Amino acid sequence: MRLVYFAAVREAIGVASETCDLPTHVRTIDDMIDLLAGQSPGHALAFQDKARLRFALDQAMVPLDAALCDAHELAIFPPVTGG
Amino acid sequence: MRRVVISDEPISAEVALAGLSDLGGGAVSSFTGISRDDGGVTAIELEHYPGMTESSLMRLIDEAFTRWALLGAAIVHRIGRVAVGEPVVVVGAASRHRADALEATAFLIDRLKTDAPFWKKEHYADGRSVWVDAKSSDDDRSSRWA
Repeated sequence: MRLVYFAAVREAIGVASETCDLPTHVRTIDDMIDLLAGQSPGHALAFQDKARLRFALDQAMVPLDAALCDAHELAIFPPVTGG
Repeated sequence: MRRVVISDEPISAEVALAGLSDLGGGAVSSFTGISRDDGGVTAIELEHYPGMTESSLMRLIDEAFTRWALLGAAIVHRIGRVAVGEPVVVVGAASRHRADALEATAFLIDRLKTDAPFWKKEHYADGRSVWVDAKSSDDDRSSRWA
């Protein structure tokens, strides 16, 4: 699965995107965040407060408990601030 | 006419709204958002999610067409570094009578603020830069249209 990060999440992790193989126990975005948080101090910092994160699966906004299913791309970012 | 443009060059209301007044209606309404000097901010910088940005903005326009009797609508949004005083976003709508264009314009900018994947960073004169936090007042305005 391709992971893409934006804004403060991207800066904390230090890369704009990466790929990750899905272990079988990872079913939802919530599971995925728990897995990713252990990858580096930057990941841990970026994902320390799940309530402050938003998610898109294949470019459609979804909640934290959404199932990953066969999605190709998971985007993780702070609440949006355009306009 | 349904226009969505993401631009890394300066934008203008005149160009963004071009053609909306030629659709046979009696009303064109628009909103322009401008980079603001908030306590020493010299510029803002906008990041976005290419692909999702365009589709989410076009979806907002499509929804506006189902809710109001529109002849056209446009959303033009800057990305990259925007100096204080320059336009960040222009939203416009055309209709036969003013109520449809006015309400659609408010809908488009209110929902853009909460639905479209843009992120804003403020740059200050002393070199600091800070990501802008989302505002609960924006959520409140957006939810009026639910």
